[in-house]
Amino acid sequence: MEDALLLALQLLGATIRVATPLVLAAFAGMYCERAGVVDIGLEGKMLAGAFFSAAVASATLNPWLGLLAGIAAGVALALVHGFACITHNGNQVVSGMAINILVAGLAPTLAYAWFQQGGQTPLLPNQARIPAVELPGVEALSGIPVLGPVYRELLNGNNVLIWVTLVLVIATHWVLYRSRFGLRLRAVGENPAAVDTAGLSVAKLRYQALLVTGVLTGMAGSYLSTGHGAGFVRDMTAGKGYLALAALIFGKWRPGPTLFACLLFAFTDAVQVRLQGVVLPGIGVIPVQFIQMLPYVLTVLLLAGFVGKAIAPKASGIPYVKER
Amino acid sequence: MLLSGSGKGQPGAVPGWVGYALLPVLNLVAAFVLSGLVILVIGENPVDVLSLLLSEALGYPEAIGYTLYYTTDYIFTGLAVAIAFHCGLFNIGGEGQAYLGGLGAGLVALALTGWPWPVVAVLAVLASALFGAAWAFIPAWLQAKRGSHIVITTIMFNFIAASIMTWLLVDVLIRPGSQSPETREFDPGVWLPSMDRALGWFGIAIPASPLNLSFLWALACCLLFHIFLRRTRWGYELRTVGRNERAAVYAGISPARNIVIAMLISGALAGFVGVNEILGVQHRVILNFTGGVGFVGIAVALMGRNHPVGIILAALLFGVLAQGGGQLSFEYPTINRELVMVIQGLVILFAGAMENLFKPQVEALFRRRGAAAAAADAATGGRG
Repeated sequence: MEDALLLALQLLGATIRVATPLVLAAFAGMYCERAGVVDIGLEGKMLAGAFFSAAVASATLNPWLGLLAGIAAGVALALVHGFACITHNGNQVVSGMAINILVAGLAPTLAYAWFQQGGQTPLLPNQARIPAVELPGVEALSGIPVLGPVYRELLNGNNVLIWVTLVLVIATHWVLYRSRFGLRLRAVGENPAAVDTAGLSVAKLRYQALLVTGVLTGMAGSYLSTGHGAGFVRDMTAGKGYLALAALIFGKWRPGPTLFACLLFAFTDAVQVRLQGVVLPGIGVIPVQFIQMLPYVLTVLLLAGFVGKAIAPKASGIPYVKER
Repeated sequence: MLLSGSGKGQPGAVPGWVGYALLPVLNLVAAFVLSGLVILVIGENPVDVLSLLLSEALGYPEAIGYTLYYTTDYIFTGLAVAIAFHCGLFNIGGEGQAYLGGLGAGLVALALTGWPWPVVAVLAVLASALFGAAWAFIPAWLQAKRGSHIVITTIMFNFIAASIMTWLLVDVLIRPGSQSPETREFDPGVWLPSMDRALGWFGIAIPASPLNLSFLWALACCLLFHIFLRRTRWGYELRTVGRNERAAVYAGISPARNIVIAMLISGALAGFVGVNEILGVQHRVILNFTGGVGFVGIAVALMGRNHPVGIILAALLFGVLAQGGGQLSFEYPTINRELVMVIQGLVILFAGAMENLFKPQVEALFRRRGAAAAAADAATGGRG
């Protein structure tokens, strides 16, 4: 019983750790897609965030400067995306793709030239990593059944950014549905012409949304390289940006369901790590590759079955051209 | 100068070549200027690096062979993306489809040891088309019947293809007793002849390179692509769905059917990458032989304006980048292969997403010139 509880808690803990960058990226995508800008470049922005925060953290030994650098990188790329898609009415999927390819090349190229370690940053010492939050009273509560282990395994020792993410999830829900900015954001994604008629700038609103996207993707990258990991390695996002996008669609562009989708993906990931090499009764050992593809297969199944027709924000993906 | 005369008489007109030649070139220049900046940041001289890139790609016959070998891949994936585009679909799954196509070609080559190569080549082309199309079919069907976002499903299918291929090569197809995850080498008799060997039969000697007969098949595909799209009813239906789905429905054309057809052709075209890579060059099925060709295909299709001639030219450009960029790392210790991706990304960004970047200025320039010429005409006409 105690063991089962511990195992469940460890699984949940791993789920939360894996889910954090997914949630950040998916919510980043939510802001811009709700505003009518499709962003397939979440992956690239995350990777840039991961590289620049690890590079700066390793040079300055200050994780917060690293976090800032990661955010700056995410914002810069988001602005490039905005410049292409909002200012110049470019194709949004192409722009996102371009950013992904650009960063997949740029990060290792710069790492190779700056650190001479084959496209990585040096391993970060602990002081250069974003710290975990040690909660008080772990010892005092450890005697209590259930609550003690839950407190110790699940709540204690989480990275600062995990808590920040939690706050951001709640804040996003409030911003989208309760604030004036959120109302306008959703309006500009559904019917930009109406927003324009009301005297608001469509371009400005979309740029604002993209700024939030940049900040959140930068944080996601920063978490990967300086919070969860200890340094940047090549291709460290490994498709998380695309999974976040899938979670966003599965969650129908709404905060609650999107969070749930991210947790679900993260849970399959946490399970797959534990399933590797385990002999299942009647089946034997499942090849590791099949376990690794679980989240992707799950995504396709979910898109095909549960969600059915995913109804995106109406103006999503369409450049807004003012009538002249 | 010759063409600017065509705008005579209507001051607002901008000659056509501005749209399909001048603007793309300007965008390319912008992309290369930024690439130069990146090279500066690394601490090398951009002019030296970029000129070395060009000479390593086009400077001598062997290099040209390598460049055209890369071009072959990009023509296939470019066409694959383009046919989906014509039907209003975004096929990002070229990568996975090409990977599976290579599996199809490889299985044929492994099974038919001792057969004459032309037979094997034809069957391998069919098999790679079949495998590539099959891999595109599921996302296509899901899009057509269930409305599942094809961009997402094709991306997911890339990941799934990568996992399946790794499993096949590690656990199933691996050469017994070998450590590296790859199949045994095919019997040399079934290899697709390289271009230098093929031309050798006609007494023409060219240096050895990976360029092989699939290059000719790629050019033939361009022609077939054009005939299919512009000269057949199926092509017309497909383009109608891409242009206006609702109009297609009223015309009695089934969007679902055409979506599936477009994606099947798209997957088959991407699958042909496998013929070039596996049957023509590697002569065994290996891991990750696709190396991003599916994504480059998107750029190729965009730059080539989804037209076969444009696609050949754009594929050549990316072939130059791949070959020249790959050689840079031998000359410069601070530069590695990934620099090519930086340049590719910037080219896609400028030529694809920001294609309208210079349009207003350039068009305004031509309009002013056109107007000035018209005014001059009017002035001389009044005097006469």
